[in-house]
Amino acid sequence: MSTVTPNPNECLMALYEERHEIEDYQKGVPRWCPGCGDNAILTAVQRLCRDQNLRPERTVFVSGIGCSSRLPHYMNTYGFHSLHGRALPVAEGIKMSRPELDVFVNMGDGDCCSIGAAHWIHAIRYNMNLTIMLHDNQIYGLTKKQMSPTSPLGLKSNTSPRGAYLEALNPLTVTLGVQNVSFVAQTVDWNPELLYQVLSAAYRHKGFSFVRIVQRCPEWLPKMMDPWMQDASKVLLLQHPDGVTLSPESSRLFNNQEAHDPSDIDRAREIASDIDPIPVGVLYRNPEVPCYEEVRHDPHLRTSAFVQHGLEAEFDKFTVWPEEPEAPKSHRKQTRK
Amino acid sequence: MIETQEKSGLQKKKAPQSGAKGPKRVTKLHEHIIEIISDSGEGAQRCGQSLGAIAARMGYGIWTIEIIPAEIRPPARSVAGASGNRIRIGEGQVTNGGNETDLVVAFNEQVLLGRVRSGQLKPGCLILLEDKWRQDPDPAIVASYVETYGQLVKAGFRVLEIPMEVECLKHVRDARKGKNMFALGVLCSIYSLDLQVAKDQIALTFGKKAESVIQANIELLLAGFEWAEASLDFKYAIPCKRPTEAQIVVNGNTALALGVLASGMEVCAMYPITPATSASHYLAEAFEKVGGVLHQAEDEIAACAFAVGASYAGKCAVTITSGPGYSLKQEVIGLAVMAEIPLVIVNVQRGGPSTGQPTKVEQGDMLCAVFGSHGDAPKVVLAPATIEECFYCVITARKIAETFRMPVVVLSDANLATSQSPFPRPAFDVAWFAPPIDQTPAPAGAKPYAWDPETGLSQRFIPGQAGGTHTLTGLAHDENSHVAYDPEINQRSLRARSLKLAALQKTLLPPPVFGDPEGDLLVIGWGSTKGAIEEAVAGLRKEGHRISSVHFSFIQPLPPGVKEILGRFKHHVAVEVNWSDDPNDALIDETNRRYTALAMMLRSRYLVDIDCWSEVKGQPLRPAKIREVLMKKLEEVEA
Ligand SMILES: Cc1ncc(C[n+]2csc(CCOP(=O)(O)OP(=O)(O)O)c2C)c(N)n1
Ligand code: SF4
Repeated sequence: MSTVTPNPNECLMALYEERHEIEDYQKGVPRWCPGCGDNAILTAVQRLCRDQNLRPERTVFVSGIGCSSRLPHYMNTYGFHSLHGRALPVAEGIKMSRPELDVFVNMGDGDCCSIGAAHWIHAIRYNMNLTIMLHDNQIYGLTKKQMSPTSPLGLKSNTSPRGAYLEALNPLTVTLGVQNVSFVAQTVDWNPELLYQVLSAAYRHKGFSFVRIVQRCPEWLPKMMDPWMQDASKVLLLQHPDGVTLSPESSRLFNNQEAHDPSDIDRAREIASDIDPIPVGVLYRNPEVPCYEEVRHDPHLRTSAFVQHGLEAEFDKFTVWPEEPEAPKSHRKQTRK
Repeated sequence: MIETQEKSGLQKKKAPQSGAKGPKRVTKLHEHIIEIISDSGEGAQRCGQSLGAIAARMGYGIWTIEIIPAEIRPPARSVAGASGNRIRIGEGQVTNGGNETDLVVAFNEQVLLGRVRSGQLKPGCLILLEDKWRQDPDPAIVASYVETYGQLVKAGFRVLEIPMEVECLKHVRDARKGKNMFALGVLCSIYSLDLQVAKDQIALTFGKKAESVIQANIELLLAGFEWAEASLDFKYAIPCKRPTEAQIVVNGNTALALGVLASGMEVCAMYPITPATSASHYLAEAFEKVGGVLHQAEDEIAACAFAVGASYAGKCAVTITSGPGYSLKQEVIGLAVMAEIPLVIVNVQRGGPSTGQPTKVEQGDMLCAVFGSHGDAPKVVLAPATIEECFYCVITARKIAETFRMPVVVLSDANLATSQSPFPRPAFDVAWFAPPIDQTPAPAGAKPYAWDPETGLSQRFIPGQAGGTHTLTGLAHDENSHVAYDPEINQRSLRARSLKLAALQKTLLPPPVFGDPEGDLLVIGWGSTKGAIEEAVAGLRKEGHRISSVHFSFIQPLPPGVKEILGRFKHHVAVEVNWSDDPNDALIDETNRRYTALAMMLRSRYLVDIDCWSEVKGQPLRPAKIREVLMKKLEEVEA
């Protein structure tokens, strides 16, 4: 029986010995609608796992509830398809007790920005080393076309037949507005190379890596993203060696580009507030923000002997010793001062 | 003896200032209940706690209860502002807070009034009252004091005015900071307590502070003691035996927290709520010294989900809360049931529903603990009955949670949370401690829910474990954890989750009967009422009544053998601190009546006509009140 402490040698050996192929991460047949952006996200994720050679048994995908949250079921890793809105606290609990695991989180826009909004804000603050994918299709998919907090003003849905009456919430500005934010990126589901590069930058960043993926839902909003897909100038590619750099062939598809240094938070906020063209790439990245699991982590090996020692010391504080014999002298001294 | 029982409250009566004449009158007692009350911030709490600790160190049985005002800083000298401590000291073991108070030390007359009005003081109770208010520059205060004094005397209380402030000012500049230790000294003299033990206790209490602080407090203690020796002509003596084994003196919340340490759990996720918070305060200190993490989440839902995540990753976690927080956690508890994740949830019950009565005692959450969360969500429910059980039940809960892959709810309450009573110092046992997680590769083809057809149990695979990869879900699923809406699979999985309760029940012992195994009346209780019920039952048994009691520490599953026990008694009555209709109310009849929680569960399960009695006044049940109720019941039964 081995314990959970990661053994560096074992990890290294695994790196040399065991290479994983895409198939090693695949499980079942995805049941998303044809053309759903979730399919592209799954493919990018599996490629990322392969390229990083993640060990399936040390990788955990956590999700909430929604179409997007089905993703862990299609990964041959550990997974936890939890509750609507609660993926983040579950993922935090996992990471806190097992920092050595690679933990990914998949959420829908209703999931993350509506029911789970409190957790989202605080997850940014905790800054745990997690890779977050917000599958933002701007509609509630699984419950069949209700408006979402990210639905654009005027969008007609089952709960807004005369058009959504509020401005959409912008997940990027919200995230960038929280103190302690450490990584914010955006991508679209229909450009596989960009999707892959952004996710891989997010994975490599140590901290709460938040990626908003503008995702198509052909079932409920079939034409919604067409203007952006058809007009390359409606997407703004942010390139930087500290963010993403696409290959010349891939970047040729973007006629609208900006060199953006992701350490510049003011510019990141400006870019994020401008929703047309959609900025894609890494908006902000600060590797210096401490991770909660490290701040809270205790270096001691938590053996029963170690805990017993601490427990006895606590007992000592509250112990009434018998007047006469038996009381261990050492304890006495501590209590009697 | 200086007792002031005049007709006129205006008359001023003081304890003699010098030398009590002749030898003191020493009254021997078996037990006494003492209260110390002040405005919040004047230190009566500390005085009371110290008194309890001194008595415990000397070998008395004690039970202390905090007197907590509803607000943090209530106005000074206000009826609702009483803050302090109530200590029952007895020659033998003390299992509950007892009945009314015998002696009270009050720092002003207003805080006393609240105690009188709510019936806390025994008729004729001896009151030691700070007298400085008689000379107050504010005529309104003088008038209020004189009037209340008059009322108290008229009501038959024995009021003894003592010049606490005047005496304290001889030793310190700020009497507000010293009265409590002076009062402690007075009480040490009255109850013939060991001064050396008292000094040691002060050194311990103020251990972290400067030596000068300890010295100043000891000086005040001695001043109080000497003043009482010189000025009072009476003493009480309760016999006691020095303890022969080491005892721990903590309140229920600290005991729960120590249980968390001892069980080897590594994570406690919480969100502050009264009366559960003090457990987390203590854990923040102690747990983290041994590498545990106290995570203060953004809300209860997150706290519970965080604990679920930690447990899923192989380290059973606990979440501690109270009523309203428990309501919020129900959704995640259902997830833990469905995905079969070990989880310990402590609910330190308070008065409800809604935000209810944050600091008050109630046992109102049993049914939501047993049946709460939507759908069929079987979970284990434990209820500690003593401070000692608060410690051990967390260890048991962790073990059950891991063995049976399910949530275990621990129902404590505000009575246990803040009460102190000594119990034998536990000897650490490695068997209490969570074993290291098993990361042996899973055998080929292993299924994450290979439900055993007889017990419903299955082996779980934990992230990091090769060959065990699977995706847990709160959706209905099959043995492979694949989402499945097949009706057969649904039926099978519901059965498996339910069977686990039956499997656990087979490992339990029948609950012990207190008193004879058969008789006329069986009293049934659970949780913190045990001591008071047993005290009442013991008294009635001594008088020859055929009465016994049984107390449940397992609520779900109920222990085995209950039906037989019930069958050996002619009548049954549950005594609980939750709602039940009074059968004499106008609209109430036998077919239209609400029953207390446990009575209802037992009636439905064992088809036995269990009657009930309850009181929800926010206070622990008193043995005398229970006795009165049982007496009436016995009259019906014996007739
Ligand atoms: C507590 C709770 N409330 C509501 C639901 C119903 N529900 C399921 S998915 C969903 C929203 C799905 O939309 P989104 O989060 O945007 O994800 P998508 O399906 O679009 O990927 C809702 C409201 C639920 N499962 N749980
Ligand atoms: S409803 Fe929309 S989001 Fe859901 S699977 Fe279909 S296309 Fe995808």
